[in-house]
Amino acid sequence: MSQIIVVTSGKGGVGKTTTSASFGSGLALKGHKTVIIDFDIGLRNLDLIMGCERRVVYDFVNVVNDEANLNQALIKDKRVDNLFLLPASQTRNKDALTREGVERIFDQLTNEHNFDYIVCDSPAGIEHGALMALYFADEAIIVTNPEVSSVRDSDRILGILASQSRRAERGEDPVKERMLLTRYCPTRVASGDMLCIEDIEEILAIPLIGVIPESGDVLKASNSGSPVILDSESNAAQAYSDAVDRFLGEEVPLRFITEEKPGLFKRLFGGKG
Amino acid sequence: MSLLDYFRTPKKNTASLAKERLQIIVAHERSKRGTPSYLPQMQKEILAVISKYVDIDKEQVKVNLDKNDQVSVLELNVTLPDNESQIR
Ligand SMILES: Nc1ncnc2c1ncn2[C@@H]1O[C@H](COP(=O)(O)OP(=O)(O)OP(=O)(O)O)[C@@H](O)[C@H]1O
Ligand SMILES: [Mg+2]
Repeated sequence: MSQIIVVTSGKGGVGKTTTSASFGSGLALKGHKTVIIDFDIGLRNLDLIMGCERRVVYDFVNVVNDEANLNQALIKDKRVDNLFLLPASQTRNKDALTREGVERIFDQLTNEHNFDYIVCDSPAGIEHGALMALYFADEAIIVTNPEVSSVRDSDRILGILASQSRRAERGEDPVKERMLLTRYCPTRVASGDMLCIEDIEEILAIPLIGVIPESGDVLKASNSGSPVILDSESNAAQAYSDAVDRFLGEEVPLRFITEEKPGLFKRLFGGKG
Repeated sequence: MSLLDYFRTPKKNTASLAKERLQIIVAHERSKRGTPSYLPQMQKEILAVISKYVDIDKEQVKVNLDKNDQVSVLELNVTLPDNESQIR
């Protein structure tokens, strides 16, 4: 049985696609057969972040509409074994996805393709696309930035998961919710200009699965079309890797959450940001 | 705290301001969550029915929905006027 994970946030631009790409890659690196699905219909982006934009022929909506089969639409990653991508379509019709259609594809991914994990990269907002991305979820990763509007929107998404997911509608066990705090700047926290981990945990009251530091490596990774988690030297990559380990049940202490005191070398010559 | 820290400390810690504001707005939004969309209309209709028999003010009919894990309790609180003449 595949586990369906939605990466969601309410607020836009907080790092859902970055997280979906790295988290999905991380699960695959651990040996789990994983597919990442771009639910951002109309604004296909995951293919760029994953570096396979030129290999897209058929997309999610084509499969829902029976214009292609899953084997034709799934893109196998060239760097990571066990990793596949199902790209979004660029159709303007945001209602192209129906619950029946999505359910049929999930069934095939589970029963015919034997995926362990289905990672759904949600679009921003709380409209059709975002609701569709979270409806079938077993697990939710709530991507939150240490910033007021992002925290508030995360709370709204939690409310929606609790009332409008399939698990909620059927009265089953609730969607397992966990927060991933991204773009965290320990220096700004130390100076009192940024909400700290504990504050956000207290407000949202859900378990934390990881803290990803603000890092220039994320932009570099997206420039080169390779999920940041593969840049193993990078703090962001290591933090994503830790989050995947925690997701899989390991106990891993948080890293990169305190102010880094730059060494002499770094102060003189500068370092990775 | 050293003297240097004293000069470096910003006047107002904006992060704690953010936390306070978030706690208030999130608590408020959570309390509204889960109230069914039919509630305001139902409240109106209940008021209309009562008004057929008693001369009553809108403020004197209170409809409240309390949700637990297991049950939802719909609480209807009507304050009737003590003045006989107001009974129609
Ligand atoms: N840890 C990080 N450090 C620095 N920049 C980051 C980090 N995470 C994400 N970003 C940057 O933030 C921007 C938005 O990221 P991303 O596209 O993943 O967000 P999103 O939530 O998917 O956006 P949308 O809501 O539009 O789908 C990108 O420019 C990305 O490079
Ligand atoms: Mg995105």
